[in-house]
Amino acid sequence: MAANPMSQFDVYRIGPEIKVGAFDISFTNASLFMILSTVSILLIFNLGSKKNSILPNKIQLLAELSYTFVSKMISDTAGSKAKPYFAFIFSLFMFVLFCNMFGMIPYTFTVTSHIIVTFVLAAFIFIGVTVIGFIKHGFGYLKLFVPSGVPAVLLPLIVVIEIISYLSRPISLSVRLFANMMAGHTMMKVFGGFVISLGIVGGWLPLSFSVALTGLEILVAFLQAYVFAILTCIYLNDALNLHH
Amino acid sequence: MVKKIYFQSIFFSFFFIKEAFAAESGGMPQLNPEFWVSQIFWLVLTFGIMYLVLSKLILPKISNNLESRKSQILENIEAAEKQREDSDAKLKEYDEIISKSKLEANSIFNQAREKALKDIGAKREVLDKQIDNEIAEAEKEIDALRKNAPDKINKIAIETSSELLQKLIGAEVNNSSISAIVDDLSKRNGDKYYGN
Repeated sequence: MAANPMSQFDVYRIGPEIKVGAFDISFTNASLFMILSTVSILLIFNLGSKKNSILPNKIQLLAELSYTFVSKMISDTAGSKAKPYFAFIFSLFMFVLFCNMFGMIPYTFTVTSHIIVTFVLAAFIFIGVTVIGFIKHGFGYLKLFVPSGVPAVLLPLIVVIEIISYLSRPISLSVRLFANMMAGHTMMKVFGGFVISLGIVGGWLPLSFSVALTGLEILVAFLQAYVFAILTCIYLNDALNLHH
Repeated sequence: MVKKIYFQSIFFSFFFIKEAFAAESGGMPQLNPEFWVSQIFWLVLTFGIMYLVLSKLILPKISNNLESRKSQILENIEAAEKQREDSDAKLKEYDEIISKSKLEANSIFNQAREKALKDIGAKREVLDKQIDNEIAEAEKEIDALRKNAPDKINKIAIETSSELLQKLIGAEVNNSSISAIVDDLSKRNGDKYYGN
């Protein structure tokens, strides 16, 4: 099992099988790391918001810096109208970030390396944004597919392209995160395997690669969480402030 | 040479590893739908709970903290500015008081000097007048004395000479005759005694 670079993505049951109707909702290692991530987030931000001192301590500073970071990101990309959705985007960013970062610890499971998880998140965002767009603008939201200033001859083609690009949003959003996490972890596993198979003589080269890759993957873990959140903001911006 | 062998061994080992992995690999576990429902269920559960707790309890507290800090800092800055303005005003007041009191002290000094000078002048005048008066009086007295002196001297001379004559010749001589002689003598010798 250890030699296969894909075995780290295996989902297995922890404890008994739980079935609701025809559905298997057993507690798995994926569930464990989802719970770990959410509990860590809640713990850190609860500690960071407990005391209100003028001179914040480290954990309060961490919580407040994260808050202002996400708040600035939303107001920069989606404007002040996006304020009611701040809590959701904050939760989303923190959840993806913590899942990615937990995956960087050896022998852990990366929740976000599973397409089903990222796809559910992306699909929820897609449906939510579309609903918000229709509530705010009615059928005027369909103007999103008709960019202004396009020659009438090109219009049918452009509208088709716009609709396809809109519909592919959840797929691109989910596949981007999932593929990045899976590829990074697979690569690290492969290089780790090289270290073992090449032994004391040749193992140093892949080991140095592995060290460099670890740094890169931590960067990717943060970056992908950021990209996920900022793309959500951009989609939300389209729904809130119709520009076309 | 050793380097070449080293890199060659690394290069060839890739093939062996690939073969070794290929034997074990059973596709992507991500595409195995066995636990999809479980993952969706637990994702919705954990994310939902986290979202609710964050949005209802924690994030409002953080935003409150940030707001209160901002307002408190602004208040403190305002208070500091106010105090600075106050101290500036007080400094100005202090400077004014000092310059005013300097002027006052100067004027008081000048007044005192003038008053003293005036007093001295007045006193000197009074004293001068007194001295002048006294001098004039003394001169008058002297003049009176000088005027009376020959008469008195004549009188004394008459009386002494009458007494002298009486003692010398034992007879009383008429005063009027003696006085005539004395008058005559004094008129003649007056210039010799009172050389004015």
